[in-house]
Amino acid sequence: MLELVHFQILSAAIFSIGIFGVLVRRSAVMVLISIELMLNAVNVNLVGLAAFVDRPADERVFGQILVVFIITIAAAEIGLALAIVLRVFRNRGSANVDDLNLMKW
Amino acid sequence: MTAQLVVFYLLAGVTVLSSLGVVLSRNVVHAAFMLLLVLLSVAGIFLVAVAEFLALAQILIYGGAVTVVVLFAIMLTRNDDQPRADHSQRPLALLAAAGTFGLLVVAFVASDIATLDETTDAGSGGESAFEALGTGLFTDWAIPFELASLVLLVALIGAIMLARSAEDGE
Repeated sequence: MLELVHFQILSAAIFSIGIFGVLVRRSAVMVLISIELMLNAVNVNLVGLAAFVDRPADERVFGQILVVFIITIAAAEIGLALAIVLRVFRNRGSANVDDLNLMKW
Repeated sequence: MTAQLVVFYLLAGVTVLSSLGVVLSRNVVHAAFMLLLVLLSVAGIFLVAVAEFLALAQILIYGGAVTVVVLFAIMLTRNDDQPRADHSQRPLALLAAAGTFGLLVVAFVASDIATLDETTDAGSGGESAFEALGTGLFTDWAIPFELASLVLLVALIGAIMLARSAEDGE
């Protein structure tokens, strides 16, 4: 039978795969894609909670409302971040995060 | 009830495998299309959890807009795809990811959140989750909702300012 813990474990799996991607990939675009994976993992968790937590129905829908906001912020984030990546690529000729060490001490 | 579980496992399998495809594939374009697959199967998981509106929003915003933006960025920044220093960090990253996964699973299994026996529509009484979501967004959450639209506008203007080239400015 489908339970909350199924959603939570799936969410944990996607989140850790996203962490791996953020740490291992060198292309800035790939790092952003991995961040999108992590945001989606959080959404899966919240939707599972909204469906299964033992609360009055008008409180449970809060989980879904939170997901609406996360999707909005994620869309704003990816647009802005890719514009920054584009700018960096134009100025420095590379979108490789290892090359962006200008502010490294 | 079991059909629900079978569909969930199927979608979860597709999601996890294609997320692995996203982070492991050598080709950035392949990774972007794998991301599309992840996003669509997550939309299916939203449907299993009776969140119809979120499934639609997921397909429209993520499946449509975000994937196209990512593909455009890949097209405009296309350079050496081959990750050079990829391997030196790989064991550490694997350790960090596995550690996070283990920690999260232990926390989730140990937590005793009171749950319902089966998925029910998140709406109260006669109204559906759709109605409950809409009512919530435009009553209790009206101010955050308007702020979110302001954030989107500012992000859009910022993205345009950043992405246009300096020559066609002033």
